[in-house]
Amino acid sequence: MSIPLSWYLVLAAALFCIGLYGVLVRKNAIAILLGVELMLNAVNINLVAFWRYLDPAQMAGQAFAVIVFAVAAAEVAVGLALIISVYRRRKTVVADEIDLMKW
Amino acid sequence: MTAEQIFFLLTAAVILIAALMVVTVRKLLHAALWLVLVLFGVAVLYAILQANFLAVVQLVVYIGAIAILFIFADMLTRRDLRDRPGQTRFNWWVAALLGLAIFVGLLSALLSVPNVNRTPAALPTDTDLVAALGTALVSPQGYVLPFEVASVLLLAALIGAVYLAGVNKKS
Repeated sequence: MSIPLSWYLVLAAALFCIGLYGVLVRKNAIAILLGVELMLNAVNINLVAFWRYLDPAQMAGQAFAVIVFAVAAAEVAVGLALIISVYRRRKTVVADEIDLMKW
Repeated sequence: MTAEQIFFLLTAAVILIAALMVVTVRKLLHAALWLVLVLFGVAVLYAILQANFLAVVQLVVYIGAIAILFIFADMLTRRDLRDRPGQTRFNWWVAALLGLAIFVGLLSALLSVPNVNRTPAALPTDTDLVAALGTALVSPQGYVLPFEVASVLLLAALIGAVYLAGVNKKS
């Protein structure tokens, strides 16, 4: 008996929702990005699990997981650069206090 | 219960507990270190799923680069939130309820996938999976277009990050 597909799906759904909670609830902008990383990982677990369980000869699942890796790296690089730039000018990383474009 | 299932459940428990610590722990540096544990657990899952290349990439790119980037960003922006009382919003329970509701919704959607308790499909015996992934990523019949788009995106993000984080001498 090996692991049923549903276990991976439930784990990924739980991880996604924990990440969503982190994104919604954190004040620190860096902590919000940590939540986004959890959500991206949940998506990747789903992609790889479906690849393995449906059709391992087709590489679609793994190929898109690789692209999610690249997008996650781009997102973190730009996001953290923005946060550091904002911190340098305004001396804050609290998302609520970065309200220059809010009215 | 086989050994494989017990191993999976242990890994899943580690991932979920570490993920909860990431979103609740007070010190951001500790949250980043808990994130490393989550990422390592996900790498173990990839290894169980026989996605060997992705397991290695997870270790190298996520733990080796992204988690370290978080730790550096935290260190560069310190002495800011440490003295404040709360790290989370006052209405955190709304977010918790929303997360729970979305989890239930996702669960009902996922469990309606046809034959959801299926066991893994047989691996093709005649091909090397890593070689097949490499071929699929660069062959015109495969995913060369999304792959190139991702690399252009990465280059643009790299230049943008250097521009944004660099010291602007004019201002």
